[in-house]
This record gives sequence, structure tokens and C-alpha cells, in this order.
Amino acid sequence: MKHDSIERNVGLMIVMMMLAISIGGLVEIIPLFFINETVEKVDGVRPYTPLELRGRDIYVREGCFLCHSQMIRPFRDEQLRYGHYSLAAESQYDHPFQWGSKRTGPDLARVGKKYSNEWQVAHLMDPQAMVPESVMPKYPFLQQTKLDYSDVADRMAALRLTGVPYSANQAELDKNIKQFGADTAKMLHMPDASKNLVDQAQNGFGGIAGNYDGDAANVTEMDALVAYLQVLGTMVDFKKYDNDQFVKYR
Amino acid sequence: MAAVGTASTEQYNYDIVRKFSIMALFWAVIGMLMGVLIASQLAWPILNLDPWFTFGRLRPIHTGGVIFGFGGCALFATSYYIVQRTCQARLFGSGLASYTFWAWQLIIVLAASSYVLGYSQGKEYAEMEWPIDLLIDVTWVAYIVVFVGTVMKRKQPHIYVANWFYIVFLLAVALLHIGNSLAIPVGLTTMKSYPLFAGTQDAMLQWWYGHNAVGFFLTAAFLGMMYYFVPKQAGRPIYSYRLSIVHFWALSFMYMWAGPHHLHWTALPDWVSSMGATFSIMLLLPSWGGMINGIMTLSGAWDKLRSDPIMRFMIVALSFYGMSTFEGPMMSLKDVNALSHYTDWTVGHVHSGALGWVAMISFGALYHMIPRLWDTKLYSTKLVTVHFWLATIGILLYITAMWISGIMQGLMWRAFDDFGNLQYSFAETVAAMHPFYAMRALGGLVFLGGMLVMVYNCWKTIAQGKAAEAAVAPAAA
Repeated sequence: MKHDSIERNVGLMIVMMMLAISIGGLVEIIPLFFINETVEKVDGVRPYTPLELRGRDIYVREGCFLCHSQMIRPFRDEQLRYGHYSLAAESQYDHPFQWGSKRTGPDLARVGKKYSNEWQVAHLMDPQAMVPESVMPKYPFLQQTKLDYSDVADRMAALRLTGVPYSANQAELDKNIKQFGADTAKMLHMPDASKNLVDQAQNGFGGIAGNYDGDAANVTEMDALVAYLQVLGTMVDFKKYDNDQFVKYR
Repeated sequence: MAAVGTASTEQYNYDIVRKFSIMALFWAVIGMLMGVLIASQLAWPILNLDPWFTFGRLRPIHTGGVIFGFGGCALFATSYYIVQRTCQARLFGSGLASYTFWAWQLIIVLAASSYVLGYSQGKEYAEMEWPIDLLIDVTWVAYIVVFVGTVMKRKQPHIYVANWFYIVFLLAVALLHIGNSLAIPVGLTTMKSYPLFAGTQDAMLQWWYGHNAVGFFLTAAFLGMMYYFVPKQAGRPIYSYRLSIVHFWALSFMYMWAGPHHLHWTALPDWVSSMGATFSIMLLLPSWGGMINGIMTLSGAWDKLRSDPIMRFMIVALSFYGMSTFEGPMMSLKDVNALSHYTDWTVGHVHSGALGWVAMISFGALYHMIPRLWDTKLYSTKLVTVHFWLATIGILLYITAMWISGIMQGLMWRAFDDFGNLQYSFAETVAAMHPFYAMRALGGLVFLGGMLVMVYNCWKTIAQGKAAEAAVAPAAA
């Protein structure tokens, strides 16, 4: 076929172009949904609790990912600075992924439990007070803004549609109890979303004390964001696995 | 009467081209101003005003403003101009074309205000929430109908090469935008949604989109611009017709594979990232094919580089295109990427492409087009020269600052002391960036200064055209 015939026929041209631009994406994207090794089999990774989820929404809203990555690469310096390299499994419930593309600030993939709640709050209120060299904006309004959790169940329902295993009924709850344990499964039960959210804000969850922002009277956006930061990278217990356990998945 | 009394304005719909040209200038100023502001925020964090005007909320206004505002309007303007002139046919569907204008402006305004208010999908260059995404989809279909409809009306049997690039850009952007914006809304009355895919798959989808936003929105379409305006301004035919065919198809095919180089050393499987690197390296050839075809078009008329500052904009744009399409494949090598990724080097690379190639070729095209649209002469060629030097100095300051800070940052992160411990804390690396962040902000400011000179020059040109028209009109009536 001569190129001349394509140049004279816009329909043919469009068909040829669609072929040219479709193949790359098909080959690189579709297999990721079907090759089992793409996401590692690993214990501990669970969906976010209602409070963590709202915290994550705030993280996305403020564009934190524009300066902080959540993806530790398998290099010695990153191992020392941040910890074990990130697994695909650790972001399997992340809609959207927040791996980021720039480290104006440090990676946050394993920031959970590294600092106290008090430090996190003080840092968000005034980063330069804790780290003088920091160029991060101050976020005092998070402490003053009450968290709107009126639609948290709707948010979980939307995520459930994408495949995140929040439970809507007893059968799903039982399944989650088997997979994540009773304490966690209870937190992921949608009918109790608001109650669970307030409960975590007051009493904490998963080894982190509640009342994150030091203001026991209110559930604030600060509570939610700190609850999210404190769970980052803490779900997988790497002591349970050999050093080279995850290499085969790469 | 809006119509200028010449044959060409009756033959062609220039009204829509004029509107988009003016808005391209407008969004360029806004987008670049936001760029200078957020660059300054990184140098002097006191400039962050919470909750609305923090770096995190303003950054998408900068990227969206320059890419979709300035770049988008420049593409609408030039594509509508070129398709009419090369097909010798009036634009198809003037009402629909008008719709694309108003809808596109609305999209930019809605997107920018939603970012300030904290609505974000959380994916780079695709931060628009779902209602805006839907409006984009409808508008894009209208754009395709107008453009392809005009091509179908052509009086020439052949479709000119610039139009191939615009058509593939239209198709690819539709495919990418829909693919990457699949999401479940929280409710029909909310501005909140969650992307359909998560983690690794979402990352791959995002950078398939993100890289090809560069490949098709910021490259293929601007090559279309180049293929019309460079030969026109040079007064010579394209250097090699055969080269344009080969590099067109190679570029269209290969770009779509290059996305995973944004995800080297991440939890994306190695096979995908190796594939991305391979195609990225191969992409050097079609990219340079386009650059050579453009620059060599000037052969036999090299003196124009001295005498014609508009030509100089275009040729320097092609040189920056060549440079950044060499730098890109180099950075997609895994070993280089291990150093460059997450640093300012990436930011510098993007801007050598965005300021050097995209903005410079658009300036050249707009300087060529605006006097013709208002049927007059350019107000001042000298001011074009001033703009050229301000733009060039601004870019050089910018990318030099980012090269230094990026490479330094990468090296500091991985430096070990004699005992095998990390030599620098993260905070020390941040402090080391400060002078270069200030230098980058200055570079941006100089570039913006050049932009303001351009706006003034175009303003005077348009006023001059309108005055001449008003003088002619009573005589004609």
C-alpha cells in the first residue's frame, strides 16, 4: 500500500493512527491485571479505616503527593533513610496511587509510627518550628477545621465498587474477619462507618493512641490526616519475611 | 462589522482563530505568573497562604494553566488556522467551533477554581474532578468533529502533513484522557470521586497518560504547528517529505510505550519498565527526525536567522526540542534515572521542553499569525527580538539551576560517610537547594517579562489592525 492512499483518505488515516497509538498501551497495561506476580502475596495489608480514609482524602486534596513520594526504591541509601523498599501490595487499595514523582520533601511511604502524634501535629502546624530548613507550607487550619464525615459511608461505598473490600452486610463482614481479623474487620464495616470514625479519633487504633491532635472535644481534619500518616508503611511486618522474599516479584 | 473586508476572511473563519489566539496570550501570562509564584514559594515558604494558596493547591493551576490554557488555546488557534488554509476550506460547523471556544475557557476556569478550593483527583496533570472531565470529553469530541469535518471538506486531494499531527493528537488525547479518568463518583452531587484502579495499575495508567500528554499534546500537536509555520516563515518547502512520513508514524507508535520510564525502580514490574526504557531510547530517532526536518527547511535561507526574529524563535524552539529529546532518553536509562528521579533534574527537563520547545514554537506561530488575522503588520519587530532574548536568558537560568540542584540533590541523598552511614540528613539537602530555587524563580520571572513584552506587542498590533479597518469601513460602505 502506498502512503499516498492514506494521505487521500481521512477514514483510513484515522484507522491506521488508532492502530499505531493503541498497541503500546494494550501491551503494557492489560497484562498487569492478569499476571499474578504483579502484586505480591503478603499478610497485613488492609483497606484504610474510615478516619484514615478521610485523612487520605485530605492528603490528596492538599496535593501532598506533589512534594512527597510514597515509593521507596531498592537502593542502600533509601533502605537506610526510609526503610524496606515499597511493595506493590502496599498500595493495592490506594485509589488513586500516591507514589509521587518528586521529593521536595522526604518520602513518606514508611513514615507511620516514626514520629509521635504530637510531633506530627506540631510539624503540620508549623514545619519550620520542627525542621528549620523546611520549605513546607504551614497547615494550622487543619486543626481548626472540624472533619466533615457525613458522607464517609458513601465514600467507602464508592471504593467498594472499585473492589476495596469494605463490608456492607454480615456475609462480607465474616469474610473480612477471616482475612483481616475481628478488630480490623469491624472498622471496615460500612454501616458503622461514622461510629468507627469517631471511636478511632478518640481512642486510636492499631497501636496508635487516639486524640491525635490533642483536642479531645472535636474530630478535626488534623486528627484524620495524622491517623493516615501514622498508618503509612506499617501494615506489613517485614520481620516475618526473608530478605530476598520479594525479589522474585520484580 | 467584525469581518475585515478581505477575500481571505470571507473564505475562512478567522474569528474563532482570533479568539483562541488572544486567550492563548492571556493564559500564558496567568499560567507563567503562577509558575513564578510557586517557584518563589519553594524558595521562600512564607509566601504560602493557607488554606487556599499553598504550593500543593497552586501547582496544578500552574501546570493546567500553561498546558491546557496556553498550550491548548495555541493549539486550537493554530489547528483551526492551518486546517482551513491547507484544505482551502472554511471551518466546518461554526457554531460547534464557537462552542469549543467557550467550553474550553470554562474548563480552564472551573479547573483552576476547583484546585484552589481543594478538589483534586490526585493524579498529576489530570487533577480535574469528574464533572470537569465529562465536560472535557464532550468538548474534545466537538473539536474532533470540527477538525475532521473540515479535513473532509478539503479542496486538496492530499491531507497536508501538519494535519496528520493534529489528527493523531486529537485521537490520542481522547484515548488517554478517557482511559486515565475512569473513576467512581462518591455521589452525583459531589465533586469527589475515586479512580477505578489502584496502586501499580493506577500508576501505569497515570504515566501512560502523563507521558503521552507530553508526547501528543505537547509534542505531536506542536510538530503540526511546526510543519506549517516553519516552511511559511522561511518561504521554503519542508526539507524532506519522506522523512516526515517516517518520523510521523514512528513517533505515533513509539511514544505510547514510553510511559513506564516514569516508574523505574518502583513496584511496577521490571519487564514493563524495561520496555518503557527501550522505547524511550528508540524515540530519539523519530524525535530528531522531526527536528532535522524542521531545521533543514531553512537550508539556503540561513540568513533569516539574523534578520528575522520570528524565524529565530522557531529554530531555537527546534534546537531545544532536539536537546530535550536527547536528555529524555538519557534520563530513561535506569542507571541515570536512579540519580535523576524524584529530583529537580526532572523539573528542569520538563521546562527545557515546555519553555524551550512548546512556548517558543507557539510564540513564533502567534507572531506569524496575529498580523495576518487582523490584516496588518506586526507593530514592532524590535520587541520580538527583545522577547526572544528575555525568553532565552530565562530558560537558561531556569534549566541551569535545575540541573545543578537536581544532580546535587541526587548525589547528596546517596552520599555515605567513612563509616557507611548516610552523610546528609534530608533537611540538609533541602537547605542546599535554596540558592538554586531562587535562581529558578528569577529565570521564570525573566521569561514572564518576555511574555509581557509579547502581549504588549500583540496588543498594539491588533489595535493597529482595528484602526486600519475602521478607516476603510466607511469608504467601503
